[in-house]
Amino acid sequence: MVKDEVTKYKIACYTSPVESHWANTTRADALSWLNHNGLPNGREEYWKYTNPLSFNSSKLPVKNEIDPSYKKPIFDDINCVKIVFVDGILDLENSDDLFMAGIEIEPLAKANKNEDHWSLGYFGNIEGASQKVVKKTLASLNTAFATEGLTIKITDKVSKPISIVYYHTNEMSEALIHHVIKVEKNAHATLLESGGISSRSNCVMELSLEENACLDHIRVQGRSHERESITYIFSNLEANSCLKSFTLTVNGRLTRNEYVVNINGENAKPHVGGAIVGDTGFSHDDTVFITHSSPNCESRQVFKKVLRNGAKGVFQGKILVKEGAQKTDGYQISQGLMLDNDSNFLAKPELEIYADDVICSHGSTCGEIDPTALFYLTSRGIPKSEAQDMLVLAFLNEAIDEISSNEIQEIISKRLLDWMLKRHKS
Amino acid sequence: MLNINNLNVELEEENKKILNGVNLEIKPGEVHAIMGPNGSGKSTLSYVLSGKDGYNVTEGTVSLEGEDVLSMESYERAALGMFLAFQYPVEIPGVGNMTFLRTALNSQRKANGKKELSAAEFLKIVREKAKSLKIDADMLKRPVNVGFSGGEKKRNEILQMAMLEPKMCILDETDSGLDVDAMRLVANGVNALRSKSRSFLVITHYQRLLDHIVPDFVHIMAEGRIIKSGNAELALEVENNGYSQLLAECG
Repeated sequence: MVKDEVTKYKIACYTSPVESHWANTTRADALSWLNHNGLPNGREEYWKYTNPLSFNSSKLPVKNEIDPSYKKPIFDDINCVKIVFVDGILDLENSDDLFMAGIEIEPLAKANKNEDHWSLGYFGNIEGASQKVVKKTLASLNTAFATEGLTIKITDKVSKPISIVYYHTNEMSEALIHHVIKVEKNAHATLLESGGISSRSNCVMELSLEENACLDHIRVQGRSHERESITYIFSNLEANSCLKSFTLTVNGRLTRNEYVVNINGENAKPHVGGAIVGDTGFSHDDTVFITHSSPNCESRQVFKKVLRNGAKGVFQGKILVKEGAQKTDGYQISQGLMLDNDSNFLAKPELEIYADDVICSHGSTCGEIDPTALFYLTSRGIPKSEAQDMLVLAFLNEAIDEISSNEIQEIISKRLLDWMLKRHKS
Repeated sequence: MLNINNLNVELEEENKKILNGVNLEIKPGEVHAIMGPNGSGKSTLSYVLSGKDGYNVTEGTVSLEGEDVLSMESYERAALGMFLAFQYPVEIPGVGNMTFLRTALNSQRKANGKKELSAAEFLKIVREKAKSLKIDADMLKRPVNVGFSGGEKKRNEILQMAMLEPKMCILDETDSGLDVDAMRLVANGVNALRSKSRSFLVITHYQRLLDHIVPDFVHIMAEGRIIKSGNAELALEVENNGYSQLLAECG
């Protein structure tokens, strides 16, 4: 019944929750898909550059240190509605009042018990549909067993950002988190995520953007050096909707961020991007799959990775333009900046196009700091280390520019500068 | 001001000798021009003086106001007062021109024990100087040299020079790629900076720049050495007769 031993042991770590009929059915479907296909192994093309084995492990992650200097959440100075998770478990006591005009937030466990909750038809469905193209059984595992997470329905233009703050306090914790987010017609919101979730985490976010809906998503992943994270963002976009999702990753032993974007209406604009900086033992993978099924849409993928001391950066990005999706504008750039000779950047850009009137571009580069630019800066009196920082930040700027809010752009740039200053000390 | 003594330099990567014993003394307030055919080592001299990587100094010394320049990093030389206006100013996407200028100026002020300028103080000075070089505010906001025309790039070099107020300015083929009007504008910018305490080393192929920036001395460089020195008339001689006759004479 179960495909392999690894999958069997992993499944044995969890119990299936008993919820509403529809949630039970969805979870059973996900589990059966997982049983049938098994967890990923290093032999699949989809996992060519990143080894999934530690995500599959049924043992708890190795004890890892929690960096105490980052207890102050990065977005603390922004006026927002704060929702707290500690080691992957929702902490309502330390969260703000979830009641706010234009928005309905509920814990996933509560929503899934409700026989006619709005998330019926979304939970597990957006994720499930994407499995037909490429199987993603770690996401199936999440859908089958995750009881932590939020359902968020945005019904109007929301005045304050929603900020999900994760605290990592247990050195050997593992978390499954599953968020379901629906942005209704003409609604608009900003969603922030920050902090270390747990030692090992598997997070799924299912997003549905209706006509004219707009979501700005900015995520700052935990910077504990030993953590392992796999994240999935599954999204459906209707006509004239706009999704901007940006992720900052500073350190972490193993990160795989997957984005699956389906464009189902005209003039939709999904933009995904990331600024990534990593050091010794760092492995970071962005895997993106954008499907254009409607004409006149614009998608962008902008990923920039700064690597040193043997760090590894991976990018797998695909744009699929279906027949009839004319006037598609697809842009994809992935670049690695190596600060030494020991690091790796592995990129696999893909375009698959079945329409004859489209603009699709992909670029992938890998290089070192431009010595001519460095000399230009230092010849004006800027000390070498500072000049290097300026060039590193300049390299990352194209990705940071994907963030709509200037205030948040500045916060992100500052966090990156901190990383660079720390780098000089080490 | 600047003393170059028997400077011998080779390329780090290919062991190729470029400078073969350059001697030059520039006193405060003087303007020296170096002319010479392609490949004579003019640009290498400017790079070695400003501290670019990739060159080995095998012999000789360089001092600026008595300080040993060759043992310093390029940013330290800048803080001491060395400035190179690049033949090809570098485009740096992602770094704003203003941020660059302010960081450079404040780095030098910090190195020299002066108080760093606030954003407002800096803005006031830069606007004033930019105006006299006909650099509009938009150019200051753009990334360093990105999308600048040839003339704009060279004016931006002179603006940096005006902001940083160096003691020893090296102009490496500042006239290349400029039309007559742009050249006049740049030359006026340079002339405005001439003073008793500031010296210039102007590297050029052609005499016409020297019509606008009139030098006190002209040196002819060939095969990594200065083969002849004279006054401004030497430049005219080169213009009229070419280098070959001179090279044959001094060969």
